[in-house]
Amino acid sequence: MSTYPLLSFAIWIPIVAGLAVLATGSDRNAPLARMLALFGAIVSFLVTIPLWTSFDVANGGMQFVELKSWIPRFNINYHLGVDGISMLFVLLNAFITIIVVAAGWEVIKQKVAQYNAAFLIMSGLMNGIFASVDGVLFYVFFEASLIPLYLIIGVWGGPNRVYAAFKFFLYTLFGSLLLLLSLMYLFIHSGGSFSILEWHKLPIELGPQIWLFLAFLIAFAVKVPMWPVHTWLPDAHVEAPTGGSIVLAAIALKLGAYGFLRFSLPIAPDASHELSGLVVALSLIAVVYIGFVALVQEDMKKLVAYSSIAHMGFVTLGFFMFSSMGIEGALVQMVSHGFVSGAMFFCIGVMYDRLHSRQIADYGGVVNTMPKFAALFMLFSMANAGLPATSGFVGEFMIILGAVKFNFWVAFAAATSLIIGAAYTLWMYKRVIFGDVANDHVAELTDINKREFAILGVLAICTLWMGLYPQPFTEVMHASVNDLLRHVAISKIQ
Amino acid sequence: MFENFVVPDLLPAAPEMFLAAMALAILMIDLLVKDSRRTVTFALTQLTLIGCAAIQFGTSTGEIVYTFSNMFVDDLMADLLKLFLYMTVVIVLFYSRTYVIDRESMNKGEYYVLTLLATLGMMVMISANHFLTIYIGLELLSLSLYAMVAMNRDSVASTEAAMKYFVLGALASGLLLYGMSMIYGATGTLEITAIAERLYGGGVNKTVLVFGLVFLVSGLAFKLGVVPFHMWIPDVYHGAPTSVTLLIGSAPKLAAFAIVMRLLVNGLITMAADWQAMLIILSVLSMAIGNLAAIAQTNLKRMLAYSAISHMGFMLLGITTGVVSGDARYALNAYSSAMFYVIAYVLMSMGTFGMILLMAKAGFEADNLDDFRGLNKRSPWFAGIMLMLMFSMAGVPFFIGFFAKFSVLQAVVAAGYMWLAIVAVFFSLIGAFYYLRVVKLMYFDAPVDETPLTAGLDMRILISVNGLAVAFLGIFPQVIMSLCAYALLRSL
Repeated sequence: MSTYPLLSFAIWIPIVAGLAVLATGSDRNAPLARMLALFGAIVSFLVTIPLWTSFDVANGGMQFVELKSWIPRFNINYHLGVDGISMLFVLLNAFITIIVVAAGWEVIKQKVAQYNAAFLIMSGLMNGIFASVDGVLFYVFFEASLIPLYLIIGVWGGPNRVYAAFKFFLYTLFGSLLLLLSLMYLFIHSGGSFSILEWHKLPIELGPQIWLFLAFLIAFAVKVPMWPVHTWLPDAHVEAPTGGSIVLAAIALKLGAYGFLRFSLPIAPDASHELSGLVVALSLIAVVYIGFVALVQEDMKKLVAYSSIAHMGFVTLGFFMFSSMGIEGALVQMVSHGFVSGAMFFCIGVMYDRLHSRQIADYGGVVNTMPKFAALFMLFSMANAGLPATSGFVGEFMIILGAVKFNFWVAFAAATSLIIGAAYTLWMYKRVIFGDVANDHVAELTDINKREFAILGVLAICTLWMGLYPQPFTEVMHASVNDLLRHVAISKIQ
Repeated sequence: MFENFVVPDLLPAAPEMFLAAMALAILMIDLLVKDSRRTVTFALTQLTLIGCAAIQFGTSTGEIVYTFSNMFVDDLMADLLKLFLYMTVVIVLFYSRTYVIDRESMNKGEYYVLTLLATLGMMVMISANHFLTIYIGLELLSLSLYAMVAMNRDSVASTEAAMKYFVLGALASGLLLYGMSMIYGATGTLEITAIAERLYGGGVNKTVLVFGLVFLVSGLAFKLGVVPFHMWIPDVYHGAPTSVTLLIGSAPKLAAFAIVMRLLVNGLITMAADWQAMLIILSVLSMAIGNLAAIAQTNLKRMLAYSAISHMGFMLLGITTGVVSGDARYALNAYSSAMFYVIAYVLMSMGTFGMILLMAKAGFEADNLDDFRGLNKRSPWFAGIMLMLMFSMAGVPFFIGFFAKFSVLQAVVAAGYMWLAIVAVFFSLIGAFYYLRVVKLMYFDAPVDETPLTAGLDMRILISVNGLAVAFLGIFPQVIMSLCAYALLRSL
């Protein structure tokens, strides 16, 4: 264990760096702002590496704990810690921030400082969510992270950005507010504690458990997003700039899923068992129905956005199998989706920067003009479709394996998504990349430059690494997942 | 000869007396000052307020002290509220300075004297332990404000607003007086602590008392500006000169909180079951109508007026949940949450009206929502400040508004009114919409005119400090929260 506050660094270095970037002011200083942002993002990532290297894989509890009194009047503490479930997300988040800063390097020409600052600040806030052990601290980060994303969509987004930004903010705020009331209920029920770990041990009758579970479900389902509260996501994605989409898909969607593991399952285990059918049903609808919706999209970004919903449906499905296989599979799927969807949105961004269109119909034969790009894009499409040897396969495979034990027909329905997923991804890939050069615009395309190649290359390495050798990822989560399952197995009704 | 004349203990009321004396002195001095040298009046006014704060510090004993035959009380709640009051008025005057100088008919000594007299009225309200003291304080405040609303004589809107304010305000005072007289009829005393004792002793005519209570609550609701007694708020906020709106929209909320506490909690706590039900209805209606009507506004001052209605409704939630089925265990928590909410609201409200004043120029009021279009292009710094204020009002962390809402909701949930908390949360969500719209105008839209903001250095610094305080206190709310709880613990 290190003696310096690693988690505080992970939270506050990007925020302070963001404020520093903001201070560079107008676009005259844009090069400085970019350099500073990249520097800040890299430093923020470097400080999180010891989280993994000195992580004790045998320990299922909270590690790197920091505990300071924050608001003694309500017994609210600045209580940080990560376990095997959250540690990887802190790293993933810090890593994605570098990608995002690099992705906006030449593309963002207006309000450069504000753009980069918003992403850095959001990165810090999201690390705060994953590292909070105190309920109010969690909530504060959870809600505060809406502000930068609202601005990112609204300021740098597409033509319909205002509608999308409002919809995003109000939907997620609605969910958050119910979460807040649940936290207050638990505070009073526990006799004055906001510690999430204390709540895990709290006996609660079935009635209140069900209400709590439903409040959590709404709060996190909006964020995941699950069918039928998913409608804000395609809007947000389509309007958001590339960086916004990457962060949204790679990190922000994980917050909701993470909430299930941190709140719903361990605090209301009996209600979770009681209502698992509901969540499983909603997840399967997301997997199958949304998969079909993705199939008919004409906008590439929308297609990937819907595929995100389907993939996240897989994640929630994995959680409610109540087996270590299912939950670990879901966690792997989440990390993998972070790489793959981030890369997919970046690829679409690359094409959009050149042609200013995301319509599939405007493309065709891109492989002839952008061979390097086509090769990398293929890898990510395959990963998105869940091809073995890519990260996308590992998670889906584990979840389906878990599902078979749970209920054959659930597993059967889930497995159809492998076909649907392959269908919409590969069909899109075929229409965009292969065939004859469709029009003059495509003929004039230039292949990816060094910066874009570096970004996609790094993501490709991650995707393959996770696909070929997932053990370092599953190893760190194992003890914590077992710990969690022990909580879920014990009834809280007394 | 003098055996009936007991010299009262003047010390607890020393700040009031100092302020009254200074107000009269400044009125005289101003006659000798040339129009171009009005800064003298301004400086004296500010020094007076700072002097009051110093005296308040010096004379505070931390105990509950009654004086003037129990008509006046000085306790920690009063001390704390008054200190915030002085601070608020000092800042309000700094904010209004340029605005007032730019407008010929307002740049008079009376402006400052009336502000001081209004402050005196609020101080008396905060320290009142007697129906008549409350009434005197209230009328002193109201009459000063009526005059100030009408000060911009050339403006038809201002005159109309003043007229409306005066007529409706007089009606509310009438309701309040009527209620007071009925309670006097039932209990035979006007002194708040004595009323509490009489009620506790029993044997009081309940029918008369409840009638009195209804009128009292109506009068209070009017002064707080909660639905259905809210109709004056949008018109007065809108019609008054912005510097006066700033005053009306901030400091009097502190005084109104104090009289609600004195009348309902100190005096009529045994009737809690009766006024609680009324306040719950008022607060739910206020949150609903305030938040819904704010969405339709195109004028920022009107929007903030409706938002003030909803905020006061939210604050009332804290007061209503103090006593649950006769059990007063929740009292301290609930009342201190309401007090914290008021203080947080005053801070935010000051900042937002300050922003309007910052943008206003001679002949340009900057009070339309569209005037904020593209502010981020013109001044990223002040757009950032406004952004913090708006998110704070909406109750989003890391800003003080979040913890204000948090502490009130926590009190509501602790008292077992889960449905009320859900209603409050639902309307907060609706409220978030129009605050977001201001942010949208500033950040997502292109500016109508590109000229950079011009304002005095003092103004710029103060607004920045105000905005940053909203953020700073949002991260460290503990000090003010505990102060409120401690002050109420020692005063109830």
